[in-house]
Amino acid sequence: MMQRGNVIKISLISIYLIFIAGSIAMGFGPGKDIGFIFSDFAMDMLKILPSAFILIGLFEVWVKKETVEKHLGEMSGFRGYIYSMLLAGTMVGGLYVSFPIACSLYTKGAKLSIIFTFIGASAICRIPMTIFESSFMGVKFTAIRFLVSLPLIVLTSILLGNYLAKRDYKMLNRL
Amino acid sequence: MYYLYLATGFALLLSFLLNRNKTTKALKIAFKKFVKIFPAVLSMLIMTSLILFFIPDQAISDYLQNNNGSIGVITASFLGSITLMPGFIAFPLCGILLKKGVSYMVLSSFSTTLMMVGIITYPIEKEYFGVKVTIGRNIISFLIALIIAFVTGIFFGEAL
Repeated sequence: MMQRGNVIKISLISIYLIFIAGSIAMGFGPGKDIGFIFSDFAMDMLKILPSAFILIGLFEVWVKKETVEKHLGEMSGFRGYIYSMLLAGTMVGGLYVSFPIACSLYTKGAKLSIIFTFIGASAICRIPMTIFESSFMGVKFTAIRFLVSLPLIVLTSILLGNYLAKRDYKMLNRL
Repeated sequence: MYYLYLATGFALLLSFLLNRNKTTKALKIAFKKFVKIFPAVLSMLIMTSLILFFIPDQAISDYLQNNNGSIGVITASFLGSITLMPGFIAFPLCGILLKKGVSYMVLSSFSTTLMMVGIITYPIEKEYFGVKVTIGRNIISFLIALIIAFVTGIFFGEAL
């Protein structure tokens, strides 16, 4: 079943690549546009991902499990949520950077509700983006967003985390 | 971006000076993780290119200008959920739309879902969290975005 899924995936990706290559070769406009958007976003991601993964690798070899458990684990209390939001503020790129970081934090013993808080907060309050946001939309707009979203993120993360912990949910950390 | 490279370079150098073996191990971990998630990244890029081709920025901008009420909030949040835009494109666009008279409420629902809800990042998210949790987290984020938009509307005197 798994293998069949993979075959479909690989053939879809191949069809896509052949379509783009063909479009470029034959000068088919829409295909070229799609290829252009693809390469544009690929470049954006490739500017960030290698650095992000190197930092993740360093984190995994240098930071002790006990440290993460103590500050972000089951016994961390409210301060854990503050730490995870502060960490989220330093993120760059998009959520695609936050997922692998969340995964490493999880394997080091951070609890689920803190992981979800981190993901939610990294979507909303990355510092470079926030500065950008408030300069275009006004400080009031950004302040409302922060003050409304952060409590809701923490609350729903606790609810979701506890619900999943009861059901013995495990993040897929084979990655 | 340069800060990221600087930080990475500095961390690598420091790690290398402290312990060569650990640093090699870290690079191996980094490489392995990157390779494993690469197919999902590829899927995400393919989805991005197709969705942005069929729903270009210009179409979104036109649409938001013509649908400015409470129904606009709902549709703006759907648009925000299915597309992907880096912040340095999204916020200037929102700023322009604001000057053209689009409400804060609509722009809030659009920009918040843009950042929090990711149909496009689904292939990556499900590799880490599994299908069910990914869908659950995105639905919760969507609802949070609607609440934020509503409160924004109240504070700017656009709702109620």
